[in-house]
Amino acid sequence: MNNIIKIAFRNLYRQKRRSFLTMGIVAFGVLAVLLFSATAGSFKNFMISEITDSMLGHIQIHAKGYVSSLDNLPLDKTIKAKQIKEMEKILDEIPEIESYTYRILLGGMVSNYLESTSAKFSAIIPAKETKVAPLLEERLLKGEFLKKGEILLPEMITKGFDSKIGDDIVLVATNADGSVNGQPLKISGIMESVVGPTGKYGYIHFDDAKSILRMNETEISEVAIRLKNFNDLEKVNSILNEKLAAIKNKKDQPFFEIHTWEKLSPFYNIAKMIDMMSMFIKIILIGIVLVSIMNVMIMAVYERTKEIGAISAMGTLPSKIRLMFLFEGLFLGVFGSVIGVVASLIAIFIVNISNITVAFGRNSNILLQPEVSFSQIVMTALIVILVAIVAVLEPAFKASKLEPIEALRQN
Amino acid sequence: MSLISCQGISKIYKMGEVEIKALNNVSVEISKSQSISFIGPSGSGKTTMLNLFGVLDKPTSGTLKVIGTDISKLNYVERAKFRGEHLGFIFQNFNLIPVLTVYENVEYPLIMVKSIPPKERKEKVLSLLDAVGMLDQKDKLINQISGGQKQRVAIARSLTTDPKIVLADEPTANLDHESAYKVMSLMKRLSREIGTTFIFSTHDPKIVKEVDITYTIEDGVLVNREERNN
Repeated sequence: MNNIIKIAFRNLYRQKRRSFLTMGIVAFGVLAVLLFSATAGSFKNFMISEITDSMLGHIQIHAKGYVSSLDNLPLDKTIKAKQIKEMEKILDEIPEIESYTYRILLGGMVSNYLESTSAKFSAIIPAKETKVAPLLEERLLKGEFLKKGEILLPEMITKGFDSKIGDDIVLVATNADGSVNGQPLKISGIMESVVGPTGKYGYIHFDDAKSILRMNETEISEVAIRLKNFNDLEKVNSILNEKLAAIKNKKDQPFFEIHTWEKLSPFYNIAKMIDMMSMFIKIILIGIVLVSIMNVMIMAVYERTKEIGAISAMGTLPSKIRLMFLFEGLFLGVFGSVIGVVASLIAIFIVNISNITVAFGRNSNILLQPEVSFSQIVMTALIVILVAIVAVLEPAFKASKLEPIEALRQN
Repeated sequence: MSLISCQGISKIYKMGEVEIKALNNVSVEISKSQSISFIGPSGSGKTTMLNLFGVLDKPTSGTLKVIGTDISKLNYVERAKFRGEHLGFIFQNFNLIPVLTVYENVEYPLIMVKSIPPKERKEKVLSLLDAVGMLDQKDKLINQISGGQKQRVAIARSLTTDPKIVLADEPTANLDHESAYKVMSLMKRLSREIGTTFIFSTHDPKIVKEVDITYTIEDGVLVNREERNN
């Protein structure tokens, strides 16, 4: 076997330029795949983290039918105190959950006494909210985070109102019974808007929302959950679906509906598109490797037909001739992959130290920090090597089936 | 027992609709340790004869037994195995492997065809290179040696597997007069020393003079047999 490997290696070396060119093409393909996956992955992870950590949380629980009418922020589809208690029991028993918080979502009218505008608000319990959405505070452009009697207004409203931190405004809202109530609140901070379903919401304190909406008992619009490990998303989702299904509404149907961030954020489709683009790039890589290696090996068989005839005449078994060509293709794949992986790691390092930023939506400062996992490297290299072997199969079989007389006759 | 026994063999090639009879009802018996040459004009059928004796091809009709084996009963892989075990080849164009050194070319059949322990393999290769006078050139690549030297390497390679028969198709055709003479002398000496039967196809009168039996073929038919006491 060692000798077949040695001969295969030397056969590649005899056409140095061609072999290096082929390896270069393979390496370029590997570089393209790994660099794109690492960069797009970095962007995707950044955006997912932005969305989950600055507003959504990883999983949300609502009363059945709430999400489909989310645009109206209905106050008659809330989770009542009784269901909250039952749900709390279940949530506290799931070890994968790091923390959870309650929110009341409401629509209302804000006025600075000179002009008014409609806006949507998320009423939060600040201490709990920052555990579920740790990046929420980072969205604060000016001022301080929320306390009771205060309001965090989205940047666009404060610009329109020409409001400053410390200014008073009035929030007026209609409660579930249809009665209208208002409450003066002090602007404690200005929030940066982000992409996502509640990215342009203002924030008020949970107790203030209860007071404005005249809730005697606690009612909530949603529960936001943060997991200890993001990768447990599907596992916890299915546990919640199973356990919460036991809590029924008056129609004897499950009271709750559970959504992961993917179902709530339109960015999930972009994330999926990024994954699809990565896959397309991989398919292109497969094509490059397949065509380049197959082309080189077909040429090699053609050029060495007489030589194959001679070794075949001497009694070399077809299996050994096949193996020799398979090794040649394998080496092209392996060396091309190794060069590609090294080039990718260097390129990723360069991108990381270059502090390249990109803009997405209102976020103009997304720092690209590409990183590639060991499993991604291994997977890409394995794909290339496997495709290289597939590419060389046809020429290898052709070489091993050559009739020695015919082969020796070739000029 | 005859080393090669052929009874009434014919070989017909089809070129589209046209049939070409390369050999027509040929019968030959070849014994061990003889050196044989087949001579005749181009297209007379001598290379076809060698291809059949070399188990590279099968006769269209007739019986051909090489070392007691009816070759028409062997499949593609069995024929390859048979060639590796019993036959050696010397080609007009040498057909050495350019990426290997002189030593490695001679070693090649012992690696790819017969499995021999490395120590024994080395001894064998070195002794054959010594026998053909190429020991001092053993580390050179094929493109670094002359045509005559290439043919000497090819002779050494053909003998590494201890074949009973070595088939040489026009072995001196690409050599100058002096090289051709040296190569022929070498083959004659090795034939005597090792006891291997050499079968040549040739136009070269130098070869004809050196062999025990010469067959003349014309239009696929054996027309003459001439024996010499060399």
